[in-house]
Amino acid sequence: MSILIDADTTFIVQGITGREAVNLTRECLDYGVGAKVVGGVTPGRLGREVHGVPVFDTVAQAVAHHGAQIDGSVVTVPPAFTKDAVFEAIENGIELIVIVTERIPRGDVAQMVELATLRKARIIGPNCLGIIVPDVIKMGGIGGPARNAAQAYTPGPIGVISRSGGMTTEMSSTLSAAGLGQSTAVSIGGDAIIGCSYAELMPLFEADEQTQGIVIYTEPGGRMEAELARWVTENKSRLPIVAFMAGRFMDEMPGMSFGHAGTIVEGIQDTASEKIARLAQAGITVAERIEDIPGMIRAKIEQGSPV
Amino acid sequence: MRFFEYEAREIVKRAGIPVTDYGFTTDATEAAQIAQRIGGPTVIKSQVLTGGRMKAGGVKFADTPEQAEAHARDILALEINGHMPRGVLVDPRAEVAQEYYAGVVWDGTRKQPVMIFSPVGGIDIEQVAEQQPDKVGRRHFSNILPFSEFEAKEVIAATGVTGAALNRLVPIVTKLARVFVEHDMTLAEINPLGQLAGRSPIGGSFVALDAHMEIENEARGRHKGLLADLGVGDEETRQAREATPFELAGEEVDAQDHRGVAGNVTEFDGNLGLVIGAGGGSLTLFDAVRAHGGKPANYCEIGGNPSVAKACGLAKLVLQKPGVERIAVMMSIVSNTRVDIVARGVIKACLELGMDPAEKIAIFRIPGAWEEEGFKILEKYGVEYADRSVSLNEAARRAVEKIQGAPA
Repeated sequence: MSILIDADTTFIVQGITGREAVNLTRECLDYGVGAKVVGGVTPGRLGREVHGVPVFDTVAQAVAHHGAQIDGSVVTVPPAFTKDAVFEAIENGIELIVIVTERIPRGDVAQMVELATLRKARIIGPNCLGIIVPDVIKMGGIGGPARNAAQAYTPGPIGVISRSGGMTTEMSSTLSAAGLGQSTAVSIGGDAIIGCSYAELMPLFEADEQTQGIVIYTEPGGRMEAELARWVTENKSRLPIVAFMAGRFMDEMPGMSFGHAGTIVEGIQDTASEKIARLAQAGITVAERIEDIPGMIRAKIEQGSPV
Repeated sequence: MRFFEYEAREIVKRAGIPVTDYGFTTDATEAAQIAQRIGGPTVIKSQVLTGGRMKAGGVKFADTPEQAEAHARDILALEINGHMPRGVLVDPRAEVAQEYYAGVVWDGTRKQPVMIFSPVGGIDIEQVAEQQPDKVGRRHFSNILPFSEFEAKEVIAATGVTGAALNRLVPIVTKLARVFVEHDMTLAEINPLGQLAGRSPIGGSFVALDAHMEIENEARGRHKGLLADLGVGDEETRQAREATPFELAGEEVDAQDHRGVAGNVTEFDGNLGLVIGAGGGSLTLFDAVRAHGGKPANYCEIGGNPSVAKACGLAKLVLQKPGVERIAVMMSIVSNTRVDIVARGVIKACLELGMDPAEKIAIFRIPGAWEEEGFKILEKYGVEYADRSVSLNEAARRAVEKIQGAPA
């Protein structure tokens, strides 16, 4: 099994006629069993097609054309229009929204997340590459063209959660090379406020029988790791976790941001060293090098005890 | 982007929150004139974007305009933590009965703004929270419902404040919460929020004595009017550290066309030039180089499939940086950026500078899209390259090893 999406998931692409979105649509259609991209939305482009996917002016038209609820949307519209696009998706019954767009002010993101929560919808991102279930489906640009994605991702027991899109693929590739496939890999986005944090995805992995262990990529900035540590402790998770922390050098450079918008050390809790200590306290192993991760997670799974 | 105190005070004033009758100036003579107008004891405050100005001597008290002028002259020449002041604020020394704290920040876990209020102000709120936790009120508020005054009332009342003070504070905290939301701020803080001494109506009323505000960079575009009014130029980024000429040249490279990113260049003083990417990959690689004892000459990020010209421009910039012996070209597995384009860019850079790519490029480790084509080019020029079977860490180790073997 998988989390969030499977072979039957239907989705649309908002902003489908943009250059990046056209490529992304191709990639999703080609990957695995072929994603069910049931429509695209770009205002004013009704009647066009992108790789055979019909384009509409509104999400409502796409839903009407599909004749049933649509499960998801990949949002790739410019930052100034993202909030409206996401509201439109939510108000048209879409329950899973992957926001690819970068540089959205966090007030906008917070509004989208709050509306999503009210409507029982879920947001992944922004500033993310999406979700992949190896050999089955991908939703978003994660892993790139189908051929490249197939090279890095293989099916298996590890759930991957990453604040960096590119590192989702780097870590999954390392796991695959060691014979450890992935149940689902989620690029959650690199911003200060995102739709789904590690702790918010954990219950889904916890409920997924295929998943036996979790590998996360983390960075300085924010309190997301502390939230995960708390969740793991409070919920007696069955899943062992190995974390990789990048950007340790940033501890010496408070107030500066590197890599992603969310990586700014604003307080002591935001630092890499503080996060590593907090994760370790919760029984989460923190790897120094990515190549050490497969051995560590395998050992933890074989021990049969998460902590 | 952080505002100077004099700008934050202006924002506070515009929001209808009472402030003292202060003046801002870059000139000591004018400071005396402002003190004259105020007509009483004043405080002269350095306008710098760094903490600890009190300790550093950046805040001084004056009883006369002459003293104000002398203090202003000293403070205008005083560097604090590497920052020269933008100017000085001349502020009436208010007779304060009690100092309060009011602030709004984001809670990234709850994904809502949180108001923080305390009747213990004038010091760092984190210190109050630690020592007198019952004196700190916190309350989240909705991102989509309009802010309502009762929310401010609740957070104030939770700290034990009641009576006339409560009723006078509610509109102030309400306005502060609205300012935070309307201006896309990441921090809006009035500390101290002074309650004036003496008899009513002046005594007991509140006035903002200092304010600290930060606006989110991503939202600057929709506050152009405010920024223009405050005289903040588009080019003012106000990073924690001012950009060096090398970093500015990096920005130019990135701005030459709109295809992808080859930028976010940050200067360090080592001998190994880094042409690395993407966001997370760069962080990982920079750590790895340092873990192996390497000394990076710079940080940077490539991503989103930049043009050959941009990759070339970035590599040239790094290759020409004084002290750089070799460069390492490394990225996490790419799916959008093309390996062959980066390979062509960095080789072109070497050739155009009359350098041998095989000598200057310590290692090229970028696996992924179009790697066969890329590796072919690298092979032709004898550059050592690695595919995904070589980890980021191992690639960094090899690069450092080559530098340490090189003549100093």
